Amino acid sequence: MKFLSNRLVVASEAIALPVVSLAVSLILFGLFVTAAGVDPFEAMALMYKGAFGSAFSIENTLQRAAPLILAALCTALPAQLGMVIIGGEGALVMGGLAAAAVALALPDSSSPLTVQIMMALGGMIMGGAWIGLCGALRHYRGVNETISSLLLTYIAIAILNHMVGGPMRDPASLNKPSSPPIGDANMIGTIPGMDVHWGLIFGIVFCIITYILMSRTTFGFAARIVGGNAKAAAISGLPVGQLLIITCLIGGAAAGLAGMVEIAAVHGAANEPLAAGYGYTGILVAFLARQNPMAIIPVAILLGGIDASGGLLQRRLDLPDASVLVLQGIIFVVILTSETLFGRFKIFTPREASDGSR
Amino acid sequence: MEVVDLGFWTVPLAVFAGAIRVSTPFLLVSLGECLTERSGRINLGLEGTLVMGAMSGYAISYLTGSPWLGVLVAGVVGSGFGLAHGIICNMPRVNDIALGIALMLFGTGLAFFLGKGFIQPKAPNLPAIPLGWWSDIPQIRAALEINVLFVLGVLLTPLLLFFLNRTRWGLMLRTVGDSEDAAHAAGISINRVRILATMAGGFLAGIGGSFLSLYYPGSWNEGLSSGQGITAVALVIFARWNPLYCFYASLLFGGAGALGPALQAVGFTQGYYLFNAAPYFLTLAIMIATSSSSGKFSGAPGELSVTR
Repeated sequence: MKFLSNRLVVASEAIALPVVSLAVSLILFGLFVTAAGVDPFEAMALMYKGAFGSAFSIENTLQRAAPLILAALCTALPAQLGMVIIGGEGALVMGGLAAAAVALALPDSSSPLTVQIMMALGGMIMGGAWIGLCGALRHYRGVNETISSLLLTYIAIAILNHMVGGPMRDPASLNKPSSPPIGDANMIGTIPGMDVHWGLIFGIVFCIITYILMSRTTFGFAARIVGGNAKAAAISGLPVGQLLIITCLIGGAAAGLAGMVEIAAVHGAANEPLAAGYGYTGILVAFLARQNPMAIIPVAILLGGIDASGGLLQRRLDLPDASVLVLQGIIFVVILTSETLFGRFKIFTPREASDGSR
Repeated sequence: MEVVDLGFWTVPLAVFAGAIRVSTPFLLVSLGECLTERSGRINLGLEGTLVMGAMSGYAISYLTGSPWLGVLVAGVVGSGFGLAHGIICNMPRVNDIALGIALMLFGTGLAFFLGKGFIQPKAPNLPAIPLGWWSDIPQIRAALEINVLFVLGVLLTPLLLFFLNRTRWGLMLRTVGDSEDAAHAAGISINRVRILATMAGGFLAGIGGSFLSLYYPGSWNEGLSSGQGITAVALVIFARWNPLYCFYASLLFGGAGALGPALQAVGFTQGYYLFNAAPYFLTLAIMIATSSSSGKFSGAPGELSVTR
C-alpha cells in the first residue's frame, strides 16, 4: 500500500507542476494580449470556444491533435534514452512524401485498402529511416542528434519542394506546385459517428503500444537504463547502439505515419502545406507530457485546441495568427523553467524515498 | 554603362558576391555563439534571436529613420534573449538544449506577432561600401558592394581570437567552459561568466538578424530566415570553436547558399530547391566527416552538453 501511495505522490507532482505551469503561461499570455490592447478574458473565452466550445470545434481540435500525437512520439521516445530529437517535422514531411509516392506508383486497379496500407508502410519506413539515420549518426559517428535532425528537416523540406515542383509535379497544378491527387477512393475516411479522421486512432494506438513497449518489456527496461546512464549500460553489456537506433526508428515511423495521415486524410496530394509545423509543436507536446507516451494524448488534444482557436482569435479580436505561436513559446519556456521545481516541494516527496531515490 | 555578358563567369562571380553577402549573418551569429559555447553553454535559441533582431531592427529603422539605431536595438533585444537563456539555464535541472528550442519558438512567434505591421512599409536600409570602383563591369561593381556588417564581422574575428587567447577575461571564459571545478577553484563566478557570454552571443545574433532585414534581402517578412541561426550554431561545432575557422566556414556557407540562385540566373534551373538546401547538406556532411564516435571533439569545451 505504501508503495502505491508513494507512486501516487510522485505522479501527482508530474501532473501538478505542468498544470500550474500552464496556468502561469496563460496569465503571462493574458498580460501579453493586454499589452497588445485586447481584453484578456475575452481572448481566453474565445480560445475556449474555438478549441472545445462546440461539436465542430472539438472535431477541429481532435483533427489537429492526430498529427501532433504522432509527431510528439518522435521526440518523446528517443528522449527516454537521453536524446533530444527535434526533427519530427522532417520525418513527417518525408513520410508524407513517401506515402504519396507509393499511392501514385501503385496501379490504378489496386483496392483502396491495399493502397492505404502500403501508404502507411511507406510513410513509416521513410520517417523511420529519416530519424533512424540521426540515431545511427549519433552512435557511429558521434554527430549530435539535435542538430543533425534539424538540418535533416531543412533538407526534407527542400526535397519535398523539389519533388512536387519537378519529378512528381502534377501539370494541372499551376501556381502552387503539387503532386497529382492520390484519388478520393484512397483517402482514409472518418471515424464512424464523428467528423474526425482515422489518424486520431492511429495516434492513440501508437501511444498505447509504445507505452507498453517502454514500460513493460525488456526492450523498454534496457532503453531506460541507457537513458539513465549510457556508459553504465554499455559496461553492463547492453547493445546501446542498437537500442538508440531502434528507438529512433520507431519515433521516426510515428512521425512518418503522421505525414501519411496528413496526405491521406487532409491534403489528398503531396504539396508544400505538408510542412505546416506539426513537427515543431510536437516537440512542445513531448516536453509538456514529460516524454510519457500516454500523457501525450491529452496534451496533444490541449495543444491541438490552442492551434484550432487561432483562427477565431484572428477573426474576432484582430490578433495576428502568430498569437498562437507566442502562447506556445511562453508555455514551452515556463514548462522547462518549472523543471527546476521538481523535488523542491515537501508535499510531493514520498516518505520512504528520503534518500533521494524515486 | 552597358551590362556585359559574362557568360559562365556570372556563376563564380555571383558565388563570390554571395559568399560575402549571404555569409554575413552566419559570420555574426557564429562568432557570438563561439563565445557562448566556449563558456560551456549552447544556445540553440539563436534562430529566434536572429528573427527577433531582424524584426526589431527593421521596426526601429522604419520608425526613427536610422538603420544604425535599428542595428543597435536589434543587438540589445538579442542580448535580452541571451540574458533570459543564461538566467533560466542557471537554474538546476534545466536542459540548455531544450530551453534553446523553446526560446527559438518563442522568439519567432514574438517576432511574427510584433512584426505584423512592418511587412508592408519600407524602412531605410544600411549603406554598402563600393569597393568595385576600379572596374567598368557593372556585375563586378555589384559583387564588390561590401556591406558594413560584413566588415564588422571581419574586424571582430581577430578581436575575438585575441580576446579568447590573450586576455584575462578570455582565460576566465575558457576556464569556465572547460572545467567547472577548475573555475570554482580559481574563484570565478561561473554563472556570471556564462550569462555575459550568452548575452554577447545574443547581441551578435540580433545584429546578424538586422542584416537580413536592413541589407539583404532588405525587408522584413516572416520567411526571412530559413534556419540561418541554427545552421550557424552547427557551424561553430565544425569550426572547432575557433573564431577564425568560423570566418572561413561562414564564407563557405555563403558561397554554397548563393550557388542555387546563381545557377538559376544563368538558366540552369534543375534542382533549384536542392541547391537551396546546400548549406544544410554541407553542414551535415562536414559534421559527419569531422565527428568521431570515440572520444570528444578536439578543441571542444569540456562542459559543453552537445559534445558529451
